[in-house]
Parts: sequence; structure tokens; C-alpha cells
Amino acid sequence: MKSFTKILGLLLALSLLVAVMAGCGAGGGEPAPAPDDAAVTDDAAAPGGDEAAAPVSDKTYVIYSDNAFAPFEYYDTEAGVYVGLDMDLLAAIAEDQGFKYEMHNDGFDASMGAVQSGQADGMIAGMTITEERMLTFDFSEGYFEDGQIMVVPADSTIASPADLAGTTVAAKTSTQGAAYAESIKDEYGFEIQYYEDSPTMYTAVINGTNSACFEDFSVIGYAIQSEGLALQTVGDVVNPGYYGFAVQKGMNPELIEMFNAGLANIKADGTYDQILANYGY
Amino acid sequence: MDFSRVLSDATLLLLQGLKVTVIIAVISLLIGMVIGFVMCLFGMSRIWILRWISKIYIWIIRGTPMIVQAFIVYFGFPQLIGMFVPGFRLEAFSAGLITLSLNAGAYLAEIFRGGISAVDPGQVEAARSLGLSSARTMVKVVLPQAFRVAIPSMVNQFIITIKDTSILSVIGLADIVNKAKVYVGASYQFFATYTIVAVYYLIIISILMIVLKRVEKKMNYERKNNRKKPA
Repeated sequence: MKSFTKILGLLLALSLLVAVMAGCGAGGGEPAPAPDDAAVTDDAAAPGGDEAAAPVSDKTYVIYSDNAFAPFEYYDTEAGVYVGLDMDLLAAIAEDQGFKYEMHNDGFDASMGAVQSGQADGMIAGMTITEERMLTFDFSEGYFEDGQIMVVPADSTIASPADLAGTTVAAKTSTQGAAYAESIKDEYGFEIQYYEDSPTMYTAVINGTNSACFEDFSVIGYAIQSEGLALQTVGDVVNPGYYGFAVQKGMNPELIEMFNAGLANIKADGTYDQILANYGY
Repeated sequence: MDFSRVLSDATLLLLQGLKVTVIIAVISLLIGMVIGFVMCLFGMSRIWILRWISKIYIWIIRGTPMIVQAFIVYFGFPQLIGMFVPGFRLEAFSAGLITLSLNAGAYLAEIFRGGISAVDPGQVEAARSLGLSSARTMVKVVLPQAFRVAIPSMVNQFIITIKDTSILSVIGLADIVNKAKVYVGASYQFFATYTIVAVYYLIIISILMIVLKRVEKKMNYERKNNRKKPA
């Protein structure tokens, strides 16, 4: 029995060792955040954020974003990097304000979870500023105006939400399009089926699995135009709103300040218009 | 449905993802084997608290879906640990590794237990009456036989774990399914992309099956030879 417990102890120690080593190996690629945090609190405490002399911080902010939301963020297979309007905008603002960041393109839901759990310092993912979201997030000034529109197959005869009665509509989880569909589903009598990302949702509509979906106007317009999807938009843009950069409520206020100051600067010097023009807006 | 376009555009991206899939599956299976073995021994221990630790662990892991565990590990743990260690962060890879290891560990513990209980109690009695300690009986008599019995189920668990890595794409683990999703997000080439992904999985799992089949054969061969010698 004695030697048996000895073996047990040995195995336990071994498993711990393996776990610790694996943890180190996996975490090794990232800079340790703890000492940086202390440095940044000092910066935030020092006043004078709005001046042209930008507050230079040593901290590398962790920013999350979607990975399949063209033209705001999508993967460029030729360049082998994530590109898009949000990516360019944040890069320009960071350069203007002199802060460093590390981008994680992990998906929209993953980004919201990461910000809420403190895994990420902020997110920029074509995220519309809404009252409900303001309960959990602090937003920057809006940087892009958008709204939702109804999308149906190119050969569909559906012309208004009234034609959706008895059908099932596609929606992308936690988006404004889904919120809008939910708000009118009882009025028009349709069901909602949820998808994780935009391409899956579009395909469900193209295949005829679902009768229609509600999507951000700028995004679906770009998808139809650039990829020739067999879809068409019908009706007017509803629910107009602004996209904003978000942080966890009450956290990283200096990041929001820098984003706003940088946004104002790049709007003033024309960089903002240039970025929008690059994506056809 | 343009296979040549997808092959030329996405091969590099998908191979990057495949690398992550294989690495995370291999490491988590190694850790899972250790956890599984320890938990299996705990489950058979004479000390009641160890038995209960094993029972509760296996109960929780087998009783909840992996996607839920992944969300809890990735979004919950950092909040929990962050209360004591400010600024604590967990990469998607580490969170995925923890989830996958804990999962494989629970199932492997049960597989090992099954293997051990398949060994005839007469074997233990014989070893003990020959004067072997209980630990030596375990290591020299029970485990080698149990291992052989457990191999087919272990292979099954290895395959399941490799495929289960795809579930972790929801927390942003850059595995092959995640990469495929990203590529489809920019190209809308659903059919071709996921067909290619399926082929990659088939290749990896076929390799695993061939290798493990050889191991299994070799062990059976050894057993036959060992039996022949004394006769």
C-alpha cells in the first residue's frame, strides 16, 4: 500500500508538471500582461489626453474582432492577413495616438465574450452602438453609419416583411439584424433560425433554407457586389445606427479617449475619407 | 464550387489550421492519458476522498457538452482567476488545450477502468499469493493486460479528440475548421472548402489508425510469443 501511494504521488506530480509545461508553452508567445498593467495606470492617471501630443503608452492593448465580415474585417488570402475598413481605421488611429495593439480576429461572438471576460481590452467589429449593449460596453463615438436591410434570394418574389408570414428567416446571433427580426417576427408571423456568421446565413437564404435575412446594409451590399451572390435587397434601410469601438463597461477609459481623439484627427486630415473610399463608400 | 480556386487560395491557410488541430490534439491526448490514468487509479483507491474526486470529475465532464465547457474555461476562468491575479489572460489555444485535455482525461479514465476490471481477479490473487506487493501486481500483472484490452477503445477516443478540436473553433482556436470558416467568409466557397477540410481530416485519422493498428498487432504478437515460450 505504501509504495502504491508513492506511485500515485509520483504520477500526480508528473501530471502537474506536464500541465504546467503545456501552459508555459502555450502562453509563451504573448507578453506577460501583469507588469504592463501597472505602467498603463500611471499613464491614465496623468491628465492631458486630448492634446496633439498623444499619450504614449507602453502597454500593448489586446483588440478582438470578427474574422468573416467583409468589408470591415476579412481574410485576404493573397496577402495572408486580415484586412478591412475596421483594421485600417484602427491602424490609422493607433498610429495617430501612438498606442500599440495586438489584433485577434476570433469571430464576433468570441470577441464580445472576450471583452466581457476581460480577455480583450477592446473590440472593433462593425458593432452597432445600441442601448442594450451600452449596459455591458462603453463605446467610442460612432465611426460609421449603417442600418439593416431585408435580403432575399435574387429570384424571390418577397417584396416586404408582410410576405414573410409562415416562413423561417435567417439571422446571425447577437447582431442588430437578429434584434430587428425578433422585433417584427410576431407582427408578421415568421420564425427565426440562427447562424453564427454572415456567410452561413447568406448561403441559407441562397439555398432556400430560409426565406430572407436582415443584414447590415453596407456588408450585404459589398457581398453582393464583390462576390456576385444570388441575393437582392428589398425595402428601405431600417434601424439606422452607428458602428462603435467598444471596451468593457468602466474599463480602459483611456482607450476610448484615444480612439475618439484619433478618429477626430484622421477625419480632419482626410485619412478617414481615404479609408472609406478604399472600400467603396 | 470551384475546387481549383479554393486549392490555390486556401491551401496554406488550411494547412496552418491543420497544424494547430494536430498539435492541440496530440498534446491534449498526452495530458489526457496522464489525467485519465491518475483518475482511474483514484477511482479504485481505498481512500474515499480520492474515489470521490474521480467520480465528481468524470461526472461533470461526461455530463456537460464540450462546447459549454469551452465557453466556461475561456470566458469564465479568466474572470474567476482575474479576481486574484489581476490582468490574468488565457489564450484561445490554452483554453482549448485545457478543455480538450480534461475531456479526453475523463473518457480515458473510464476506458482504463474498463480495461483493468476486464483482467481476471484470479490474476491478482495469483500474483499476490506469489508474494508480489499490490503495486507490483498492478504494474507487472494487471496494467499490461488491461492496456491491451483498452487499446481499441483508446484508439476510438483518440479519433474523437482529433475531431472534437473543431468544436473549439467557436472560441477562436485557429484550427482547420476555424480557418475554413475564415476563408469561406471572404470567398463564399462553402462546398469546395469544407470538402477539402473533410479530406484533410480523413488523411490525418487514416494515418493515426494505420499507426495504432501496427502497435496493436505488435502487442498481440508479443503476447502470443510470450505464451509460446513456457509451453
